[in-house]
Amino acid sequence: MSSWTQSELPALAFEDRMATAEFRVAPEAHIVVDGDGCRGCSTKACITACPAGLFVPTSDGGILFSYEQCFECGTCYLVCNEGGAITWRYPEGGAGVVYRRS
Amino acid sequence: MAEPLPVPDRRFDVVVVGAGPAGSAAALSVARSGLSVCLLERGPFPGSKNLYGGVVYAGVLDGLVPRWREEAPLERMVTRRATMVLTDTQSLSIDFRSTAWGEEPYNGATALRPRFDAWFAAKAEEAGAVLVPSTTATALLRSHSAAVSGVTTDRPGGDLSAGVVIACDGVNSLLAKEAGCAPVADPAHYSLGVKEVLAFSPEEIEKRFALPPGEGADFEVLGGTGGVAGGGFVYTNSDTVSVGLVLSLPSLTESKRRPEELLERFKAHPAIAPFVAGGELLEYGAHLIPEGGLAMMPKLATDGMVVAGDAAGMCLAAGIWLEGVNFAIASGEAAGEAAVEALARGDVSETALRLAYASRLEAGFVLADHRRLRAAPGLVLSERLQHHYPQIVCNLAEQLLTVTNPLPKQGFVRLTRNELRRSGVRWRDVVRDAWATVRTFG
Ligand SMILES: Cc1cc2nc3c(=O)[nH]c(=O)nc-3n(C[C@H](O)[C@H](O)[C@H](O)COP(=O)(O)OP(=O)(O)OC[C@H]3O[C@@H](n4cnc5c(N)ncnc54)[C@H](O)[C@@H]3O)c2cc1C
Ligand code: SF4
Ligand code: SF4
Repeated sequence: MSSWTQSELPALAFEDRMATAEFRVAPEAHIVVDGDGCRGCSTKACITACPAGLFVPTSDGGILFSYEQCFECGTCYLVCNEGGAITWRYPEGGAGVVYRRS
Repeated sequence: MAEPLPVPDRRFDVVVVGAGPAGSAAALSVARSGLSVCLLERGPFPGSKNLYGGVVYAGVLDGLVPRWREEAPLERMVTRRATMVLTDTQSLSIDFRSTAWGEEPYNGATALRPRFDAWFAAKAEEAGAVLVPSTTATALLRSHSAAVSGVTTDRPGGDLSAGVVIACDGVNSLLAKEAGCAPVADPAHYSLGVKEVLAFSPEEIEKRFALPPGEGADFEVLGGTGGVAGGGFVYTNSDTVSVGLVLSLPSLTESKRRPEELLERFKAHPAIAPFVAGGELLEYGAHLIPEGGLAMMPKLATDGMVVAGDAAGMCLAAGIWLEGVNFAIASGEAAGEAAVEALARGDVSETALRLAYASRLEAGFVLADHRRLRAAPGLVLSERLQHHYPQIVCNLAEQLLTVTNPLPKQGFVRLTRNELRRSGVRWRDVVRDAWATVRTFG
């Protein structure tokens, strides 16, 4: 066995990865993130844990969230450090992620 | 969805929310009894939201759909099941094969949920259930006595009234929370599953996994998760390979690592790469797993409502087991029967529903398995099992199998003692964990 190092990893851009899943975007966001809550948050756990990478830190310590490519998994509200910073529900019927081969 | 609900009558004996395996089993059993039942699904078709490993152990379907093995869209019958332990530089496998699993009645089969769930929901429809896709249940309706009496949906005029609501709305069950059945969710009871589906020809899959045509393999992996508590899996489908990780939420958060990076790293491990390298990525996705077992189970019933499947935390995720579809089907069927019994008696109170439901769950494997494995989640996710033991067993194997000439071979006990000393794990912990393992899994 050769040694197992990060450098051997094939490079797949994150956008290309996300482009393999189908998203039917609803006109309205199903998840709302309260920027004020985020500014005081010490863990910012959502940034690394969200499998779709939808939480992006802003220069002023806040969070920029976009809902369009969401897997609707629930990770973000469970790991969120500040109770109430995330308002989470499912998108309207028929909208959101559509798996075909999973 | 701007269009009104496509059902003329807004009143059903039973409304089932969620057309996953739990919901379709519930709707099927209610429809067979002759009562009216509506099966609501928020996805554009059943299965469109449902990502899993995965292998279905659908023997529980024998009663509901006796010919399921011929009819269901199955990928491969699993005849090879390996459990692997990985460290950064080593791997140790128990590789089991059985020809019996390739013959009637088989054991497990790989299946893709967008196809399997759609097929199963169609079975419920054939039996008379009214399937309504592209519709999200948004809240519960309550009677004067505050009993659950239906659901509202996101369709105009989309209220549906029901004698009994069966919540099969999956791991995040917003309905169980709204009904007050589920306590505040503890992240430690959940794992994130991330998964890739990779394209290969059937022949290439059979070559890489050393399989006879049409047969499949199932690998469960401990370690290889970059130190995050959890594990990995590799499954063969007809012309794709599914590879993924299951990552405990608190540990993932603490690690500050990205799920897809951990998955890429897993795929590059020398013991995994030969099976997955070079496959084109067809679909990436993520889904939560309720891992808490008995410790996270909500109240299973309230006045007018029953909870089943992942919504009730019934998924069995403990080490080498990752079974949820069979538990969902069994609990959904039990919930459906319980609703029918309660409606026939004219008593849909919490007590009546709970008794009818629990007696059925007790009679089968659902609660028995969860009770037997109640300590498993804590044990499997423990520091020693996750970090120290994989290293110890791989090092032991390496030393036993390395020819040390001209030095003489060392005895197993001596090697073990040295390994334990090196890892800082005490004998007493090993004995205690071994005992806990026997008590939990034995
Ligand atoms: C990565 C991973 C690997 C797994 N591997 C395996 C495996 O190999 N074998 C196995 O047996 N199990 C496996 N499982 C577990 C298994 O997938 C689940 O236990 C099973 O799907 C539970 O079935 P369910 O019907 O309870 O819930 P789900 O399958 O989640 O179905 C819930 C349904 O409800 C719908 N819904 C939710 N809310 C609403 C609403 N408000 N209105 C309308 N519809 C709604 C959803 O769209 C969905 O269709 C795995 C899970 C994961 C995440
Ligand atoms: S964890 Fe919660 S509070 Fe903290 S940054 Fe993320 S969303 Fe905001
Ligand atoms: S639900 Fe999952 S995919 Fe969607 S934003 Fe939250 S963590 Fe990300």
